[in-house]
Amino acid sequence: MRTVVVAGASLAGLRSVEELRKQGFDGRVVVIGEEVHAPYDRPPLSKAFLAGTLPAEELALAEQSDVDEWAAEWRLGVRAERVDPHAGEIHLSTGEIVRTDGLVIATGGRARTLPGTSALGGVHTLRTLDDAVALRADLRPGARVVVVGAGWIGAEVASTCRELGLDVTVAEAAPVPMERALGASLGRICADLHADHGVDLRLGVGVAGFTADGTRVNGVTLQDGSHLPADVVVAGVGMEPATGWLHGSGLPLDNGVLCDTGCVTPIPSVVAVGDVARYRTPEGRQVRHEHWTNASEQPVVAVRNLLAGTTLDTFRPSGYVWSDQYGVRLQLAGETSGADEIAMIDGSPDDRKFVAEFRRDGHAVGVLAMNNAKLFGRMRRRLSAAAGH
Amino acid sequence: MITACAVDDLPAGESVRVSGDVAIAVFNADGEFYAIDDTCSHQDASLSEGWLEGCFVECPLHAASFDLRTGVPTCLPAKKPVRTYPVVVQDGVIYVDTRSREAVA
Repeated sequence: MRTVVVAGASLAGLRSVEELRKQGFDGRVVVIGEEVHAPYDRPPLSKAFLAGTLPAEELALAEQSDVDEWAAEWRLGVRAERVDPHAGEIHLSTGEIVRTDGLVIATGGRARTLPGTSALGGVHTLRTLDDAVALRADLRPGARVVVVGAGWIGAEVASTCRELGLDVTVAEAAPVPMERALGASLGRICADLHADHGVDLRLGVGVAGFTADGTRVNGVTLQDGSHLPADVVVAGVGMEPATGWLHGSGLPLDNGVLCDTGCVTPIPSVVAVGDVARYRTPEGRQVRHEHWTNASEQPVVAVRNLLAGTTLDTFRPSGYVWSDQYGVRLQLAGETSGADEIAMIDGSPDDRKFVAEFRRDGHAVGVLAMNNAKLFGRMRRRLSAAAGH
Repeated sequence: MITACAVDDLPAGESVRVSGDVAIAVFNADGEFYAIDDTCSHQDASLSEGWLEGCFVECPLHAASFDLRTGVPTCLPAKKPVRTYPVVVQDGVIYVDTRSREAVA
């Protein structure tokens, strides 16, 4: 293998470059990144960066000295538009064709948008640095903000907007926020956090449409008929994996790039990592994670298998997610969605400091902590040890 | 010189956070005491709550690992070192010397 193309220049792409060099690949590495920015850290975009307390320069994911040492060719502001894996050709938006022996697909995804808002000013999604810059510019003093979706991003944006002193309403179609990941009782604690901080939380009601003054949004109509005046609307309604450019490549696509237990596609010279990768678990399920830790961890295994030309290593996710909202830190690890029991093992939700264990058939499968990083760290380790990491 | 705690209150494998102008984390790594800035150089997290393994501490938020002897991170996401401070043990009490802030690598 003489050339490897890494398609995608965010965390998963950057970590792939780092792993290629760490694991001894000394050939040509070409990174294709649609955004013009050098790899940056996304989690602060909904928090410190949006609040204006962290400048863009501090978002850089890598030190320049490391970037220099890796000696990759960075093609930023350029899209990979088509791939022919058998010919080993990547077609770029510039019209160029890059010939390659190996391909790491790390194209992530795009934020889902709200139907009927594409032409409306004041309606935002939040995934990229440019998104965050645009949203921040709209968060003027006195602005009324409606956040659609009370998931991680929605909750963090709502929290930051309250910190900025803005009026915030959060509309969530589900009866309890975060119910799938946290269960109803812990989900309700997340609802309480919104309420404690003066957010008007509307649960169990979907969005019916938008009202506008000219081309700019001025309100959100909910399915129960209520109307929320809004100067700014933020959609936190999830993301879609960026696989459009892979149509016609012969690679299997279904809500992501389908790959095996080691992030390898049916073509051994093509691997997928990060938000776009839908890999097979040892139990045979295809799963895709949309988390920072996953994007950071998968390249270790994917690159090893790519360089070996076969699946030597199996990816074992840590399932670790964190969120800072309303002055509390939430940390979650493991496989929480299949739990049949949730036990409070330390502290209490009322004190906003606790650790809860998720169990299935009496065995620990996940852990959620609020403001208790120390105990969380210990339990997370115990979980990975039990899972055979 | 600031007082951290009594030696007896910091058994091997444990850590303590000492508040002050700049919060400092003090560790007992298998009998050796080390003091570093408590706040991770990457993002806001308390290293005294991290996982101690040998003379490395792993940040409880993003698993960046720091060498307690030098303050230098061994992996992403941290890029910048944290400050290290000399530790003095006298009459069963652990003190941290914050006046002579050591230059970090």
